[in-house]
Amino acid sequence: MMLKKIVIGFALACCLGTAVRAQEPKQEPKMGGTINAVIQPEPPSLMLAMIQNGPTQMVSGNIFEGLLRYSPKLEPLPGLAESWTISEDGKVYTFKLKPGVTWHDGKPFTSADVLFSIEMLKQTHARARGNLAQVEKVEAPDDLTVVFTLKQPFGPFISIFEVGSMPMVPKHLYEGTDYKTNPYNNAPVGTGPFMFKEWQKGSFIHLVKNPNYHEKGKPYIDDIYWQIIPDAAARSVAFETGKVDVLPGGSVENFDVPRLSKLKDVCVTGAGWEFFSPLSWLWLNNRSGPTANKKIRQAIMYAIDRDFAKDVIWNGLGKVATGPSASTIKFYTDDVPKYPYDPAKAKALIKEAGYNGEKIRMMPLPYGETWLRWGEAVKQNLQDVGLNIETIATDVPGSNQKIGDWDYDIAFTYLYQYGDPALGVARNYISSQIAKGQVFNNVEGYSNPEVDKLFAEGANATPDSKRQELYEKMQKILVEDVPVAWMLELQFPTITHCKIKNLITTAIGVNDGFRDAWIDK
Amino acid sequence: MLSFVAQRIAKGVIVLLAIIVMNFFLIRLAPGDPASVMAGEAGASDQVFVTQLREKFGLDKPLPEQLLIYVKGVLKFDLGFSFRQQMPVSKLIMERLPATLLLTLTAFVISLVLGIFFGTLAARWPGTWADTAITVGALVFYATPLFWIALIAILLFSVQLDWLPSFGYETVGANYTGFSHVLDVGAHLVMPAMTIGLFFMATYTRMTRASMLEVKRLDFIKTARAKGLTANVIQRRHVLRNALLPVVTLAGLHTGTLIGGAVLTETVFAWPGIGRLMYEALLQRDYNLLLGVFVVCSAMVLIFNLVTDLVYRLVDPRIEFAT
Repeated sequence: MMLKKIVIGFALACCLGTAVRAQEPKQEPKMGGTINAVIQPEPPSLMLAMIQNGPTQMVSGNIFEGLLRYSPKLEPLPGLAESWTISEDGKVYTFKLKPGVTWHDGKPFTSADVLFSIEMLKQTHARARGNLAQVEKVEAPDDLTVVFTLKQPFGPFISIFEVGSMPMVPKHLYEGTDYKTNPYNNAPVGTGPFMFKEWQKGSFIHLVKNPNYHEKGKPYIDDIYWQIIPDAAARSVAFETGKVDVLPGGSVENFDVPRLSKLKDVCVTGAGWEFFSPLSWLWLNNRSGPTANKKIRQAIMYAIDRDFAKDVIWNGLGKVATGPSASTIKFYTDDVPKYPYDPAKAKALIKEAGYNGEKIRMMPLPYGETWLRWGEAVKQNLQDVGLNIETIATDVPGSNQKIGDWDYDIAFTYLYQYGDPALGVARNYISSQIAKGQVFNNVEGYSNPEVDKLFAEGANATPDSKRQELYEKMQKILVEDVPVAWMLELQFPTITHCKIKNLITTAIGVNDGFRDAWIDK
Repeated sequence: MLSFVAQRIAKGVIVLLAIIVMNFFLIRLAPGDPASVMAGEAGASDQVFVTQLREKFGLDKPLPEQLLIYVKGVLKFDLGFSFRQQMPVSKLIMERLPATLLLTLTAFVISLVLGIFFGTLAARWPGTWADTAITVGALVFYATPLFWIALIAILLFSVQLDWLPSFGYETVGANYTGFSHVLDVGAHLVMPAMTIGLFFMATYTRMTRASMLEVKRLDFIKTARAKGLTANVIQRRHVLRNALLPVVTLAGLHTGTLIGGAVLTETVFAWPGIGRLMYEALLQRDYNLLLGVFVVCSAMVLIFNLVTDLVYRLVDPRIEFAT
């Protein structure tokens, strides 16, 4: 097989190390200590292969690992695979696993575990199932080699191996069992830098250092307590009084961030979200009601003061979105039609559309005070240009149900982009993803054969320059059509006491585990 | 008395079954189900995923069949499996119940003891500055929302003074044992127990005061005075004992409200009890867990009411057990 590219893991690891060192004066990591971090809401389970909500990923990213990790620039880094090759035709990916890796119970990690994990994830992990649909077969020629053969080239394939997207599961503990009731779901066994110790429901989850971790000398800290504090104000107080050291992104209300940031010895960073690149938008119902009219949708884009939202509601954090792709993911372009805040233009478009004052139902996202305030601001913007907005208040299950049933006109949301348009963007706009009952994907009901074709070709095209061309075209068409109203590229700051060093080193931030973190005592 | 207790228990079982059936349908009226919540949290979903979840949870079966399965389980003391927490409901509740009992019983005792004490004090010298101070204080605590008291208490005693911990049941990672552990839990208990207790204390203070002033006007008190009994003896033996009946009634009725108060307090103070469990189960449409908490809370209210009836007999020997 002709090898197109050989990526030597340790070389990239060195590059990443250099990047990290450049950010702060060189300090030798100190061993020992405990990190208290907030986790909210309490995860339903720590079994990452079966539950993929945010808190589960955050805690379990310390316990489980994927074959690869990703730098803030989304370049693949060694994980459980120490190197990998891609065939010239882009269809065969060969991974060499790191030798000497063991599960927390001492059993060796081998290619058989990888094969088993893939089969299990196809049953239990919706996103992995989608990503793996491109795979024709997976083979394990020896204990330390895994070969994926794709049905056709799939550009983003190298981006699907981080721990949340494809966690490795111990075959010896799960094979032949009922996955749902397997006792290891609540006492998980992984290969990661920390081992599960105790979970007092409603109080804390305790992880302890894995003394046999495969990265020699790591982790530096002895243990982590993930503290479960349900009230946002109480989480702020716990940080302020020094009872917790780490507030991962989204732990406190946004209006508390400036106050906490100004406290002595407090550090704030927006890093660690590059892979997810959360992008917020308003679902606009393209099927019926006033929002089915393209002119009304464009008017909504002009009517909303998104800079105000960024500066006031989000305290200056984030960036005004230009279209369906966040600026941090691959193949982004800002060479698209622009929608500055222009109420006069919005009014003109509404008049052209022949809007007759029909009621428009808007659902804010029931994720706390920041989102409710944003809902109020948008309502005011839209009313100012003459749209008759009625706010529909509901809780999360109610909101999910209404969106899944297409029973809304405008609804707030934000979704992750997973680094590549084929992984996190296409699902929201292609016709094949229109299906009633789904909470995400193409719930707005947009259908454009040209966009479908561009996404389909973009996923399988080679080289990257061809993909860039296709995706740029896609972005221009979508921004012109406004199937949804893009709002902000969100930033969820991670707030720590400055004694905690090197907490975030990769593109998935705190979800990648605390293997590099240390405490400057 | 035994037949009275047996009859009350039998009636209690019927009430519990009615509560189960009613709540079973009631919580399903709320929009959304556990599958849609979990699909939403996963950040990605497809039809296969949602269908799989519904099958896994048994939500694809007709409602009467789901109810039958649930009731059969309850009759065998099996409260089902929590969809979200991936654990048996009874295990989850038993893990959290002691914390709630500790919190609510402490709050209950504090409120009852202090409420009766202040109410007696106010009724002993009505119209004085002490009576006015107690009445106004009771009114303030009665009217102030629980969450506000909780947040102000945290700001004052945790942030400003650093006297008390702001959240949790114990100091995580300290691994205290013996008396140190008791002190540690006690320190964590003060603010949440007082937050719940102050409202009920205010209620009992007002009720005790009003009831005692009422009793004081009755003829048998005049008779006691005419017999030459001292004011303190009259107050303690005749006025207070008779005035306590409405307070006991109210306290019995409050057991359910106490648990309701615990929902909010446990959330603000991160107290790991079943109030919080119930709130989270509601938001996550975790039907089995929610029903399980309802069943346990209802059983507790029924038990407390039975105890109240028994206490009635002790307070007023004239009352007989009607069967």
